[in-house]
Amino acid sequence: MLEVEDLHVSYGGVTALDGVNISVPTHGITAVLGPNGAGKSTLLKSIAGLIRPRAGRVTYNGRALIGMAPEEIVRLGVSMVPEGGGVIRELTVEENLRVAQMWHRNGGDARKAIDEVMAMFPPLAARRHNAAHSLSGGERQMLAVGRALVSRAELLLLDEPSLGLAPKFVALIMQTVRKLCAERGISVLLVEQNARSALSIADKAVLLSAGRTVAARSAGELAKNEELWHAYLGY
Amino acid sequence: MNYFIVLTLTGIAAGMIYAALALALVLIWRATRIVNFAQGALAMTTTYIALAVIRATDNYWLGFAGALIAGLVLGAIAERFLVRWVENGPPLNAVILTLGLFLILEAVVPMIWGAQIRGFPAPFSIAATQIGGAFIALSPFNLFTIGVVLAVMAAMLLLFRFTSLGLRMRATAFAPDIARLLGVRVGRLLTLGWAIATLTGSIAGLLVAPTLLLYPNNMDAVLVYGFTAAVLGGLDSPVGALVGGLGIGLALSYIGGYLGGDLEAIGALVILIGILMVRPQGLFVHSAERRV
Repeated sequence: MLEVEDLHVSYGGVTALDGVNISVPTHGITAVLGPNGAGKSTLLKSIAGLIRPRAGRVTYNGRALIGMAPEEIVRLGVSMVPEGGGVIRELTVEENLRVAQMWHRNGGDARKAIDEVMAMFPPLAARRHNAAHSLSGGERQMLAVGRALVSRAELLLLDEPSLGLAPKFVALIMQTVRKLCAERGISVLLVEQNARSALSIADKAVLLSAGRTVAARSAGELAKNEELWHAYLGY
Repeated sequence: MNYFIVLTLTGIAAGMIYAALALALVLIWRATRIVNFAQGALAMTTTYIALAVIRATDNYWLGFAGALIAGLVLGAIAERFLVRWVENGPPLNAVILTLGLFLILEAVVPMIWGAQIRGFPAPFSIAATQIGGAFIALSPFNLFTIGVVLAVMAAMLLLFRFTSLGLRMRATAFAPDIARLLGVRVGRLLTLGWAIATLTGSIAGLLVAPTLLLYPNNMDAVLVYGFTAAVLGGLDSPVGALVGGLGIGLALSYIGGYLGGDLEAIGALVILIGILMVRPQGLFVHSAERRV
């Protein structure tokens, strides 16, 4: 579904990605793990079009994504949830959802999709008409995931969804992602610092270190591989 | 007492014009976080275009429409081909760019139409009227001015509050990077935002010209008043622009009426400095994030 080949990214001379290869299959969750500064977020931003790589290829269902604007990449069905959720604080919960689905241009369906998200995340329903800055960290993540759903994303790019969340929210978000994957056939590329919770739901895991892919295994295998675990995840 | 009422009414009429220009500044500030110092010069240019159309067709309303269309086009061109290059740079670059555009317009317009002062027609009488023996300080044109500006304000409110285009424009204004990730075509909306703002400014130009006449820098003082009004309203708030415009219109009317007309411009600057010292975020903004 998504192929990243030999991706190189640098920020003003500092190399962030130095030849990353990742293949995200249709259906299922692929976790990208690695220590701080490994280039995990840079990878997601490059796929979403927010960063222009120096070299390499990103193809989604056969289409080259590099050079495309972020707004056009979203329209292909690749939806990124940035770190912290990236909700628009000044807009209400419902407005955040509406912005994400506007370009579909079919009204009836749109309302239904928003109601589905509200049913999926009851805390959002209670705050439907409140400004998003009043939401807690967990609620923002719910809104961000909900937003990707109403935009009918086929591939979800999740950047550190558990960051700064209470454990019960981490579990809820992870379970929801797993469920969406199973029920709607969405593929997920999940970047996580929290390797254990990511591996608990992932099918496949890719380990990044210093901007390179050092391992790509099934999630179960990586969880059991003590050598890799100690070398790159540190505990 | 009568004099006070006269000053109040004329202050309101003038304030509506400042409000229109303030609204144009606010729209651009909201969309691109840039203070457009060329706003007055753009309005002056569209008013010259209106005058050319009126002379050619002998129809005020065609000229009025011509100015609005010219505003849309000029605003879109300014954003797409000039401002786009500095939008992501340091704020000072954008300030210098709009000042440059201001100078260019005030130089190019007299090259085309000459620098002499010209009269500009009004669709209604600009003389104060008597209705049933009672003297009314407002002319029919003043009433037209108030009506037009209120209509523009209402249209903007409807656009931003109740349409999907307005929602996308707000998303773009608040968080362009996130809006992009949601599939909003931010570049087009910024172009549209500048177009709508310049259209709004062109209305101020049309409303100023019948009384202040038309010459290449006829909008300079109005820009200062409009900018003061926008800052008073917090630069971010269309309602603030309206209230700020009225406040400045009234204040300048009282200053001009009681202290002397020469003091109006100084009065506006004193008010501007006063706001920046006492309440720099303006009256209608809760969290200010001002770059210039």
